[in-house]
This record gives sequence, C-alpha cells and structure tokens, in this order.
Amino acid sequence: MQLLNTLLIGITAGSIYALMAIAFVLVWRSTRVVNFAQAGMALLSTYFGYEAVSRIGSFWVALPVAMIGGAIFAALVELILMRLLVKHASSGAIAGVAPIIATLGLLGVIRAVISMIWGGQDLRIVAPISNDGFTINGSTLVFSPLKLLILVVVVILLILLSILFQRTNLGLALRASAHAPEIARLSGVRVDAVRTLGWALAGAAGAVAGLFQTVNGNGTFSPDSIEFSLLLVSGFIAAVIGGLDSLLGAVLGGLFLGITISFVLMYVSSGLFFIAPFIVLLTVLFVRPQGIIGVKASRRA
Amino acid sequence: MSLNVSNLTVHHGAICAVNQVSLAVPTGKLAAIIGSNGAGKTTLLRALSGLNKPTHGVVNWMGETITGTKPEKLVRLGISHVSEGKSVIPELTVKENLELGAIWRKDAKEMKESVDQVVSIFPRLGERISQRSDTLSGGERQMLAIGRAIMSKPKLLLLDEPSLGLAPLVVEQIFQTIRDLTTQMRLTVLLVEQNAMGALKIADLGIVLNLGKVVAVNHAQALIEDPAVRAAYLGY
Repeated sequence: MQLLNTLLIGITAGSIYALMAIAFVLVWRSTRVVNFAQAGMALLSTYFGYEAVSRIGSFWVALPVAMIGGAIFAALVELILMRLLVKHASSGAIAGVAPIIATLGLLGVIRAVISMIWGGQDLRIVAPISNDGFTINGSTLVFSPLKLLILVVVVILLILLSILFQRTNLGLALRASAHAPEIARLSGVRVDAVRTLGWALAGAAGAVAGLFQTVNGNGTFSPDSIEFSLLLVSGFIAAVIGGLDSLLGAVLGGLFLGITISFVLMYVSSGLFFIAPFIVLLTVLFVRPQGIIGVKASRRA
Repeated sequence: MSLNVSNLTVHHGAICAVNQVSLAVPTGKLAAIIGSNGAGKTTLLRALSGLNKPTHGVVNWMGETITGTKPEKLVRLGISHVSEGKSVIPELTVKENLELGAIWRKDAKEMKESVDQVVSIFPRLGERISQRSDTLSGGERQMLAIGRAIMSKPKLLLLDEPSLGLAPLVVEQIFQTIRDLTTQMRLTVLLVEQNAMGALKIADLGIVLNLGKVVAVNHAQALIEDPAVRAAYLGY
C-alpha cells in the first residue's frame, strides 16, 4: 500500500513538474533562451487565478483565466523585452547569455510588482475538491480526489498539446521554426510570430503548473513562496533530463523526477527534500548527458 | 524581363561580397550563375530571397520593387529559395517537409494536391513519405528540398548548389529534373553552381561572377565555347 501511495504521489507531483518543464522547452525551442522568469510568470498567473476565484468563486473559471493571463503576459515579455535584447545584444561575448540573465532580472521584477499590488502576505486558493486521501479497505491513501483531478487535467492538456504539435499546420510551423528557422522563413512561416506563440503556450502551461502546485500544497502562496522556487528548479531539471528540446522528454523527465523524489523522501529520508532534485539531475547528467530522449548531435545533421 | 537586378551591393560587415551586380532573367528562362568559391554567388541569392539585406541597388520582380523584402513575404509573391546544403529539416518527415512548403496557403485540399504533384515528379519521395528526412540519401534530400520549393507554387526558383556533395550520376539526374521543371512549369530559374559545366549545359543563359562582380553574361552555349571561361571555370 505504501508503495502504491508513494508512486501515485510521485506521479502527481511529476505531472506538475512536467507542465513546468514543457514551459521551459517551449521557450527554449522558440528562442533558445532558458527562461528563469518562468516561476515568476507562473506565480503571477496564480494571482490572476486568485482574482478570478475571489470574484466568481469557481476554480474552473480561475484555471482558464490564469492560462489566458499567463499566455498574454509571456507573449508581451517576448514581444517587448526579448526582441529588444536580441536586437541590441546580437554580437559580442554577452550575446548568448544576455537574454538569460535578463530573465533572472525579470523574475525579481515580477515578484516585486506582485508585492506592490497584492502585498507580501499569504493568499489562499481553495481546491475545487477534497485533498483528503481515498480510503480503501480501512486504510487511507495520501492519493486524493484532488490529485486524481490534477492528473486527469494534465493528461488532457498533454493530449491537446500533442494534437496541436503533430496534427495541425500551426504545430508544423512551431516545429519547423524550432529546428530550422531559416528554412521555415523561406517556406513562408512568420517565424517571429511563431516565437511569440511559443512563449504564450509556455505561459499557459506554467499557469496551470502554478495553480496546481498551489492547491496540491497547502493552498497558500505569496511573492516569496518557496513552492514556486521548488517548481522552478524541478521544472528546469525535468526539462534538462528530457533533453531540453523535446516535449515528450519534458513529460518523461517530469514524471521520472517526481517519482524518484517521492521514493527518496519515503524510503531514504524526508530531510532530502531540497537536495533530491539536484542529485537526480547530477546522476542523469553523468549517465546520459544528452538527456533521456535527447539524441546526440541530431541537430547538427 | 521578369527578374531585374540593378547595381546590387551586399556587405558582410566590412567585406563587400556582392559588388554592383546587375542582371536580368526573362520569364521561363534558366540562368546559371557560375564562379569560384567566394565569388559572391550564395550571397547574391540570399539577397534576392530576402535572407541578406543589400546595402545598395534595386531588385525588381514582375514590375514590383522587392529590395529588402522579408523571405516569408517573397514566398507569397512566388519566389522560392532552396538554400545551400540540402535544405530539409531532418527532424520532420518527408511529408511534413513538403507540407511546410505550402503552409502559408492554408488550404488543405490544395496542399494534398501539391504533395501528389511532387510525388509524381519524384516517385522516390513517395516511397519514403512518412520517414524522417534524415534517413534519406543525399540525392533524395535534394529532391525533397526542391520538392518543398515546388509546393509553394513558385514562379521564380532560386537554387543554391543543388549538386553539392552528390554522386556524378545523381547530379546528372538532378540537373535534368531542374531543366524539365523549368520547361514544364514555365518557371524562371536562377541556378548557382560550382559545377559550371553541368549547370551551363542545361541553362539558357550564363552569368559569370568573380569577386562579387559580374564578369561575363552570354548564352550558356556561347560561354561553354568561350576560351577564357573554359580555362577559368570549365577546367580545359
């Protein structure tokens, strides 16, 4: 029973990491930037969701509101900040890192702005259904209706995302722009617009991750929320495990990380909470530096 | 004249890669641009398709000035560029690479018809339609690159070194296909080649580029017979 429990908790946490990892991958694929502001964006989207909940009272309104808000904000960051940076730092030693450092700065700015608007105190979003575990044959699982719901929603989103990428012209444009922007442009794809769209999708994915991370925890969040720092680190590690370039890799990386951490905390020591993700990352980097899915040198072919 | 280039100059930083080039290609004709390495052939093509911004000069296509227009817009005006080195996307399947060429037309039925048309031109692509394109041979990749360009229903085709790295027999095949396409689809073609003899044999006119400047323009056959061109570019 404990084994099943540990596995299910790991899968739930992992599915949230997977969403965050997808956000990293989408941004990396569209602009070759590691977006450290992703946690700030997810946090801001959670505040959007909070506003929707407190006005309308339904989590099911809050979710799309947070997604749309997160998407618009991310698109604006790409349109205003990233394009400016790429244009003005297009040569010299800092050209490659300037946008990445800028996202770190942006993370701080977002947190500061959130504090100014909503204050620094804890706010709360109440989960739409119970987070009390299922009871089977008299023993209670940690796995709850809420965790099941999170899992179902994430799976639905992943299916929609894979349909978008594999079955639509827009998905083809997204993939072509990611792998070979010049060929995409010569084929008539408006690569600049597609990049912005990549950021918007990442913003929406991050928003869902933020809301679920909040309700899956104790429901509270603040500008300095440790939950979101953890989400940033775990999402990034999951993306790296998955090869940083692959959406499927991001999902597998997230699940792998979630399950591994869950087992380490349960069977080794719960004191390893903050170290476990890094141990997983280092292990993967030593054993398979190209990530789980990554194929060596495939983009040089 | 459908394509008119006058005094086109392109710089790479301080280096002048294309220097006051003027040329004209009539509708339905195949023009070969030959010249040694670093003559500015690739840069010239990239300037015509919008990938490089010219510093001076004017490009006129079907009566419209298109100097400095972005490539994604030029495709919509009927200009298709197959860039150097088998320009296919290895991560996509053969079918997806082809569909990419027609993606801006947003018409599913037309897209399918165009795929069928390309497959009828290159049956080999039909056999490999759902394979990832990095499983193709060099020749097949070049067919795919040209096929992708055809998918956008071009009127002007810009081809950069389609023979690069291919076996002699395959080169001959590709050149013959380019000649056939030009005639059948009434395309205007600008063919950049190191393989000067192969290109001139199928071309209507030839343009010789050296150090960024046009040094000779003539009927392709006349260039083949020109002793100076023979000595410098045809190797005998």
